[in-house]
Amino acid sequence: MEALLKLEGVTMDFGGLRAVNNFNIEIRKGELVGLIGPNGAGKTTVFNMITGVYVPTAGRIYFDGEDITGKSTNYIISRGIARTFQNIRLFKELTVLDNVMTSFHYQLKSNIFKAVFRSPGYREEEKRMVEEARDLLSKLGLLEYEDFIAGGLPYGQQRRLEIARALATHPKLLLLDEPAAGMNPQETQDLMDFIRMIRDEFGLTIFLIEHDMKVVMGICERIRVLDHGISIAEGPPEAIQKNPKVIEAYLGEAEE
Amino acid sequence: MERELILQKRKRLRIALNVIFLALFFLFLSKADDFLDPYFIRILNVSAVYTTMAMAYNLVNGTLGQFMLGPNAFIALGAYTVALLTMPVQKKALAFIIEPLIWPLNSICLPFLPALILAGIIGAIAAYLLGIPSFKLRGDYLAIVTLGFGEIMVVLASNLISITNGALGLKDIPGYVNLYWTWGWAFFTYFFMRWLRTSSYGRAFEAIREDEIAAEAVGIDIKKHKLLALTIAGFFLGVGGGLLASLLGTIDPKLFSFFFTFNLLIIIVLGGLGSFTGSAIAAFIFVLLSEMLRSVESPMNIGPFHIPGIPGMRMVVFSLLLIFMMLYWQRGLMGRKELSWDFIIDRIYPLKGVKDVGSATEA
Repeated sequence: MEALLKLEGVTMDFGGLRAVNNFNIEIRKGELVGLIGPNGAGKTTVFNMITGVYVPTAGRIYFDGEDITGKSTNYIISRGIARTFQNIRLFKELTVLDNVMTSFHYQLKSNIFKAVFRSPGYREEEKRMVEEARDLLSKLGLLEYEDFIAGGLPYGQQRRLEIARALATHPKLLLLDEPAAGMNPQETQDLMDFIRMIRDEFGLTIFLIEHDMKVVMGICERIRVLDHGISIAEGPPEAIQKNPKVIEAYLGEAEE
Repeated sequence: MERELILQKRKRLRIALNVIFLALFFLFLSKADDFLDPYFIRILNVSAVYTTMAMAYNLVNGTLGQFMLGPNAFIALGAYTVALLTMPVQKKALAFIIEPLIWPLNSICLPFLPALILAGIIGAIAAYLLGIPSFKLRGDYLAIVTLGFGEIMVVLASNLISITNGALGLKDIPGYVNLYWTWGWAFFTYFFMRWLRTSSYGRAFEAIREDEIAAEAVGIDIKKHKLLALTIAGFFLGVGGGLLASLLGTIDPKLFSFFFTFNLLIIIVLGGLGSFTGSAIAAFIFVLLSEMLRSVESPMNIGPFHIPGIPGMRMVVFSLLLIFMMLYWQRGLMGRKELSWDFIIDRIYPLKGVKDVGSATEA
């Protein structure tokens, strides 16, 4: 099967610092791939390049057969990539429902005058957006909070809402940046079930960064390890766990 | 569905209350000439014009969350447009004594409404052109660039003598404006802004205010939406300038200095950044206070002390007011909330289990 996402020799320099060096990966449709590595290994930089926040210094990024290197973020999102952030970035003062509905905006057909004066076409679109947003919230168990201000939700629900908002852009590929960060064991367990559930329900391909080994080992089918910008290992969870290079990167070199 | 039904009923009641309020308000305006003295009518007119301008300014600073400091530029453009287009040809010939007015302007005289719309369009075009370079910047830098643009406009108004008549300004601008014009535009602006804010575009603007990076990550074209908001603000600021020119009857470059921006800034901060009704209330309070505080600028005798009149004392009072607001009431009178009929509607059709009713259920 053809790869949904393909990175070829992607390199990112910040001044003199090479954050990511010659990174190659292919992710096929339906896969759940993990990206791990110590702090500062360049994991989030990879996500930022895929979503167009940074333009890579060298290399190409292909998504669904199209070269998206250097394209604008909003274009890339419209092609079918969505992401969440390491530190939750919700629209804190908007309601839960409005947070999800912002994701439909880029597909809106009515122009601003039709929207302001509520033309029949716009009203139809708005109605459909509300229905779809509520449908999504109900699938993700957030419907009871729809009129709450997003910033007031408990932490675990904020994570869910951020994922819901990402799903609302109708992605084919979902990038999750440390979804389990700051969660307690129970919340983490729920999150793992949640990630599996959305993958099956929405037919997604998921690429995730995670520090929590339990999550990575528990749900990823394939893991890539990054250290100081360089890929040092790839394979199924069991193999990664035993890989001496990975152990070294995380725990430091064993003393002779 | 029960929720839909309640929302439907709430909406109908809200429309009914709005219509009743508007009808009563315009009834009041139609009788205002009979029982209010011209002085108070002038205050009403000025506060309506300030309301229009403050709401437009609030769209950029409050809803979109971009700290822009140049509304005086668009107001000046609008004011000069209306003045030059509505003044009769002979009056223009008499007024321009240093240098004659340049060609197309010296021979046209338009009715008020087309001139006012043109003022808005020119304001919108200027806003769009200013937005292209300046939205490459954010925060303080955007503020400085737009502040500079406002100053450039004042300098241009003083020096393009063959268009603006320089420091002499323009006098005898026909006074078409009455309470219907000013409040008509104030209400139109209000409803436009309110509907805009509760539309999908408004959600996009607010998303940009809340978190630009996240807004981009849900596919919103940040640059396009910033330009859109600024262009709309430019239109209404231009119209506001046009109304002001016709209301005052005389304009000169000094009127559109940075102090104009400062006044509008006081109004929108006082009313609450992001609240359009807040801007309207604050505009009225501001205009009323500036009139009432005239007495602090006149000479006073306090006991044995004689204090000579100090021009500008009013601004000191406003600055103090602003300092106290910032210390004790940071979000302004209304915060980001709007004055609405919800306190009545909630009694008749309550939304059960709803903690905080946001824009999804408004309008």
